[in-house]
Amino acid sequence: MLDWGWLTSHVGAFADRTVQHVYLAAIGLLVGFLIAFALALWAVRRRRAYPPIAGLAGVVYTIPSLVLFAALVPITGISLLTAEVPLVLYTQVIFIRNIVAGFDAVPADVVEAAAGMGYTPNQRLWRVELPLAVPLIVAGLRVASVSTIGLVTITGTLGDRFGGLGFFIFEGYSRSFSTEILAGAVLSIALALAVDFLLVRAQRWLTPWTRPPAPADRLAAVETGA
Amino acid sequence: MRDPSPVPASAPGADASATVSAAPATGPRRSGGATVTFERVTKRYDPGDKGPGAVNDLSFTVPAGRICVLVGPSGCGKTTSLKMVNRLIEPTSGRILIDGVDASTRDVTELRRGIGYVIQQVGLFPHQTVGENVAVVPRLLGWSAARQRERSDELLGLVGLDPARYRDRYPSQLSGGERQRVGVARALAADPPVMLMDEPFGAVDPIVRERLQNEFLRLQQDLAKTILFVTHDIDEAIKMGDLVAVMQAGGVLAQFAPPEQLLAQPASEFVARFVGADRGLKRLSLMRVRDLPPHPAVIARPGDDAADARRRILADPFPYLLLVDAIGAPIGWLDQRAIPTSGTLSADGANAMSPLFAPETTIKDALSMLLDNEVQAGITVDRDGRALGLVTAQDIALAARPEGGPR
Repeated sequence: MLDWGWLTSHVGAFADRTVQHVYLAAIGLLVGFLIAFALALWAVRRRRAYPPIAGLAGVVYTIPSLVLFAALVPITGISLLTAEVPLVLYTQVIFIRNIVAGFDAVPADVVEAAAGMGYTPNQRLWRVELPLAVPLIVAGLRVASVSTIGLVTITGTLGDRFGGLGFFIFEGYSRSFSTEILAGAVLSIALALAVDFLLVRAQRWLTPWTRPPAPADRLAAVETGA
Repeated sequence: MRDPSPVPASAPGADASATVSAAPATGPRRSGGATVTFERVTKRYDPGDKGPGAVNDLSFTVPAGRICVLVGPSGCGKTTSLKMVNRLIEPTSGRILIDGVDASTRDVTELRRGIGYVIQQVGLFPHQTVGENVAVVPRLLGWSAARQRERSDELLGLVGLDPARYRDRYPSQLSGGERQRVGVARALAADPPVMLMDEPFGAVDPIVRERLQNEFLRLQQDLAKTILFVTHDIDEAIKMGDLVAVMQAGGVLAQFAPPEQLLAQPASEFVARFVGADRGLKRLSLMRVRDLPPHPAVIARPGDDAADARRRILADPFPYLLLVDAIGAPIGWLDQRAIPTSGTLSADGANAMSPLFAPETTIKDALSMLLDNEVQAGITVDRDGRALGLVTAQDIALAARPEGGPR
């Protein structure tokens, strides 16, 4: 059923495409996070800005990805920008909601105590509110990562230079070669699960106060880092 | 002034050292505080507003080193008044002076770092260890890591938490009472002359609250900070305050007076109702166990000569012998009839313990504990748990007579 010969002869291609997949997803997630963080901070400071921001991000999320790629090609051509714009846009609704929820979850008494003890608003944001928002922010990052890693496969519609592991899915489809389709899909799913696992470990390491002390955990997180 | 007689370190013989006296009175205060003056302070949220949290033309002065309790029903503006001192809320008009300097002219961040702040929910930072929490203001002030740690250990010790055990824990691993202590330690970290405390002991059960209050009063004897303390509990106000500001709806100051005067001469119908019909009983909150005439207990240690102990207890009007351990901490009571005529004393068969009082415990709390426990006497102990003496219901009744009190 599976063409093992083909699989073993393409290990190098799998590795290259996995690297590309991670690269495309990482850019989308990083840029998406920075934009969403700025928008979320604005929404936290000015509450009235939140409904329109979240609403717009939600509407964007409903646009089918293929439509978005097709609409961008006449404007930005077949380029990295065309691949990344949809990835970034789709992360917004997830990131914004989770970052705002993260800041909202910071206990009011903690914020008041920080203000009363003489934290400046900036110190309060970075040293008190942000650390306490980490669990919900990481929760958003996990959902956005899984979703973005899935979406990267669709960038394969832009041609052989994109798609990451999605390349195998599109090529396999055009050749009616099921082994190749399966290889692309399984690797893409495995990549999403691996990243999700790493993020869970990262959160445990970043938020030691949310669990009972267990000194061995830090070492374990470093060891699984590869 | 009485001489504090320590419990003897060695097993007592038949001599007088087998008894202990009450605690010494407190020494004079040296002030580590600043004078805080409210000058016609008004806060309105809307023009003409008399609603919850508003404050109307508030003027009073808290002398350096004193505790001023702001008390009143909810919405009377007491918390608003407190928060105007560290400018979490800005007054609509009027001035608040700290050692003569208008708070509104100072840099707000610098002002707040110089004022200790304790709130009911404590507001410890969940993501920082206890040690880091205590060192928050020193860190903001740029102290070295070594100095921060030294200070935080010192303060943990001061509030009765062993630094080695507590410094690396997270707040979620503490009990309510431990959290409140850390909150007080954190507020004291940079040695501020003024402390603001908003229902600081409100979130713990009554027994822990009583203990925290006593410990805090004891601390305050050494620290002599100027403290503004908010509570809705008139008993706590009477116990904690050198001065009490009673506030009523609309943020109006109903009376500003020492607690004795508040009880003896309420300035208005409102104050009289607020302090309650049981003003006589409340006066018991003004007296401390240490103010009672000394009532030495007859004490002995397990292993002491029974015949001697029996002779001593039969000579005392109180029919129970207090057994203490090597450092002098109470173990239990021995009924005089249960003491053998020969041999040595044993802790077996000792009756259960009575309530333990600190010298700072109010007479009202002491009486309440005696009634709750259905016992005739409680034991006053020092901060190390050593027995200092007895408090009986009769002692309290004598002290509480009109014109009574310590003689």
